[in-house]
Amino acid sequence: MLLDGKIPAGPLAEKWDRHRFELKLVNPANKRKFDIIVVGTGLGGGSAAASLAEMGYNVKAFCFQDSPRRAHSIAAQGGINAAKNYPNDGDSIRRLFYDTIKGGDFRAREANVYRLAQVSNAIIDHCVAQGIPFAREYGGLLANRSFGGAQVSRTFYARGQTGQQLLLGAYRSLMRQVAAGKVQMFARREMLDVVLVNGHAKGIVVRNLITGQLERYAADAVVLATGGYGNAFFLSTNAMGSNVTAAYRAYMKGALFANPCFTQIHPTCIPVHGDYQSKLTLMSESLRNDGRVWVPKNPGDKRPANQIPESERDYYLERKYPSFGNLVPRDVASRNAKAQCDEGKGVGDTALAVYLDFADAIKRDGRDTIARKYGNLFEMYDKITGENPYTTPMMIYPAVHYTMGGLWVDYNLMSNIPGLFVLGEANFSDHGANRLGASALMQGLADGYFVLPYTIGGYLVGSPKETLSTSKAPFEEAERGVQARIDKLMAVQGKRTVDDFHRQLGLILWDHCGMSRNNAGLEKARGMVQELRAEFWQNVKVPGTTADLNQSLERAGRVADFLEFAELLLIDALHRQESCGGHFNEAYQTPENEALRNDEEYCHVAAWEYKGIGQDPEFHKEPLTFENVQLTQRSYK
Amino acid sequence: MSKSIDLTLKVWRQAGPKDKGHFETLRAQNISTEMSFLEMLDVVNDQLTLDGKEPIAFDSDCREGICGMCGAVINGRPHGPLKATTLCQLHMRHFNSGDVIAIEPFRAMAFKVIKDLVIDRSAFDQIIQAGGFVSVNTGGAPDANAVPIAQDQVESAMDAAQCISCGACVAACPNASAMLFVSANVSHLALLPQGQPEAARRAIAMVREMDRQGFGNCSNETECEAECPKSISISNIARLNRQFYRASLASSVK
Ligand SMILES: Cc1cc2nc3c(=O)[nH]c(=O)nc-3n(C[C@H](O)[C@H](O)[C@H](O)COP(=O)(O)OP(=O)(O)OC[C@H]3O[C@@H](n4cnc5c(N)ncnc54)[C@H](O)[C@@H]3O)c2cc1C
Ligand code: FES
Repeated sequence: MLLDGKIPAGPLAEKWDRHRFELKLVNPANKRKFDIIVVGTGLGGGSAAASLAEMGYNVKAFCFQDSPRRAHSIAAQGGINAAKNYPNDGDSIRRLFYDTIKGGDFRAREANVYRLAQVSNAIIDHCVAQGIPFAREYGGLLANRSFGGAQVSRTFYARGQTGQQLLLGAYRSLMRQVAAGKVQMFARREMLDVVLVNGHAKGIVVRNLITGQLERYAADAVVLATGGYGNAFFLSTNAMGSNVTAAYRAYMKGALFANPCFTQIHPTCIPVHGDYQSKLTLMSESLRNDGRVWVPKNPGDKRPANQIPESERDYYLERKYPSFGNLVPRDVASRNAKAQCDEGKGVGDTALAVYLDFADAIKRDGRDTIARKYGNLFEMYDKITGENPYTTPMMIYPAVHYTMGGLWVDYNLMSNIPGLFVLGEANFSDHGANRLGASALMQGLADGYFVLPYTIGGYLVGSPKETLSTSKAPFEEAERGVQARIDKLMAVQGKRTVDDFHRQLGLILWDHCGMSRNNAGLEKARGMVQELRAEFWQNVKVPGTTADLNQSLERAGRVADFLEFAELLLIDALHRQESCGGHFNEAYQTPENEALRNDEEYCHVAAWEYKGIGQDPEFHKEPLTFENVQLTQRSYK
Repeated sequence: MSKSIDLTLKVWRQAGPKDKGHFETLRAQNISTEMSFLEMLDVVNDQLTLDGKEPIAFDSDCREGICGMCGAVINGRPHGPLKATTLCQLHMRHFNSGDVIAIEPFRAMAFKVIKDLVIDRSAFDQIIQAGGFVSVNTGGAPDANAVPIAQDQVESAMDAAQCISCGACVAACPNASAMLFVSANVSHLALLPQGQPEAARRAIAMVREMDRQGFGNCSNETECEAECPKSISISNIARLNRQFYRASLASSVK
């Protein structure tokens, strides 16, 4: 089946304006007659819930943490892009659009990305009005910094805590609406199923994580903003609770999953230090503004960094990519780090690390300036590793960070299930095969503040209004299914812990579906995942009971879903017989080892339909057409 | 360089809000000094699970010191011995083999224990609901550069805005006051022109809500500042007090 992205007609720059005009409006007095469920309170969900409530809708918002303010958006460090062109360096909506499309290696929809660039400026305006303390210049105007994949400075930031400040802005707006009685907030709830009534998404089933009770909620539409699935790899920069469960449950109900193999491996993370490790910590990409990446020229050089003379260092990014240097996009930087380590030039105990060195920047700008820009990151590094980056170069290595793939949505951000909308990292929409730094915050807030609040109206006016009730048969059935699965998990009482399985799954994916992939490895990994999944259901041990707070049970449910989802990821990677962005199949590379696309055959979105556990999913294709940009081999030389 | 240490843990176990709770002694063996404190607890929990016992319930999410989800009192100190460090960022290299470590939840009237080390901090959300926001709707904002703000002003606002809402300040305070939390939130917005129009109303509403939630009064004990993992300064409390008294005198907010 060919999928229709419902992209409005007309010239690129006019599509969104025209579409908004053509969308039917919900009469202001009628908005209060509609209930909307928003699952997730990160930048995507938090901003959507607040904006919908401001407009008059009744919102029920859900998150699994103890407060909506703890969504993992809080951990974003570096910044948020916008096409303001405040530095007067030639930025424009078109340039932000182009950089994003190109950065994504031409695997995203033109119309979506253009709209993203168009609304980017309004995001910054709104955030400043909310009281977000973005960094400023001496004159009191907003400061910008550079991020990878761009030659202009368009990233707004609040020290190294941009995500925290943006999320708290959305959270405060959300709290204001809770106080106004327009949002009901349900924290410590985990969504375990979407409920369809007559084919439309009309509710959810959640587990109350404190009491263990299953609860049902009904609404006129359901919005998922449940974040990315990077934790399929076990070790990632995501939070401990980040999961695929919400998205995967929707997939099992018929929502298509698009491009799951587009995963982003971030080049600058603190290297792995032991097999007990529970997560990896990102060192923001903004560090590449001032830090220089290098390895010793000679393989196996074990001298400490400060004893390796300048002439025996290889600043390989600056050497290979003179125009972008240390600021090449993430996929390029990550693959290069891996290549250096594969050649035996890796540093540190494990030889799986490269240096990120600030000595020159400190010499040039002074320690205080560097501390003002990156102080908190340097501190974090010091706390984790016990080393001081002001005097010793940081050691970094790539780690799983972000997932470009996600539930398939049309231009209105609605999935193929009517009434089910997907926002933020959970959808697949704007970043193609590789996301540029500082663009996820932009996309989450664009979706939630400026896109969904309009497009959802079109759905609500255009579809039959049902009476809301949670006693309908589909709710019964969904709850029974959820309960059965929980009981099944508790019944195994085997000999291995949940984390033990999760760690093993992570290694399989990292080894065979990580920074570089090949068909034999992907096939092999698929078999390994199937075996591991079978063992999981025979041998996992979940302690405790279902009738109260049981964190092992929560994790078990998530890992069970990852074990099924991992296979989909591998299937998608096998399907895409090309390299593009974060998906690098060794069989397809240029003579200079860059990703080699195959635009003839793979210039499309691959969207998968669930057909049962262990069954091959059905493939659906959304062809991508480019009318405004020329498809080129990406070059950052 | 990493080495291994053996520890004795005295962990607070409490099955639920109504349970009395007690300390349980557990061993943590072969702990790498490169681990974080929470990774050490993960290892202990794996063993408890395999031994057929219930693992220790504790909250964490980001494990990078930013989400504010984690926290426990370690040998009498919220988030443990290291200054300006959340529990998830505390590493085992700061402990020695043979150490006995007491681990308890943050305690306060307004934070009830849900299970073991997990507490209910929803009172903080309610304080924000009382007024901890700028009343702007999406869509109507002027250009972001329309109002210049002095750099040091924004930096001070940012210092206050870094609060992660973990509750360590409350746990550290002999009166279980939430003044550091409230004052950080009030100060952040009061220091910016965007927060000015509602500054008085906000200060009064949030302080009243704090009282209503059962937090104690501030008597300048300063433990909160010492234990805050984000080094939020008590000068924010002085600022809040000024704001509060000025507002109470002048304001129409009843
Ligand atoms: C360490 C780090 C640094 C980053 N830095 C940057 C940066 O500088 N710039 C940038 O642009 N991007 C950055 N990113 C990416 C960006 O932060 C994320 O992509 C983005 O914040 C995701 O927002 P979200 O709203 O989609 O999801 P999240 O913020 O992850 O929120 C997910 C929400 O869904 C809820 N949820 C999830 N599953 C369930 C369930 N089953 N039931 C109920 N609720 C559920 C959670 O409780 C949470 O509220 C960074 C990411 C990481 C990990
Ligand atoms: S787990 Fe997020 S601050 Fe510790």
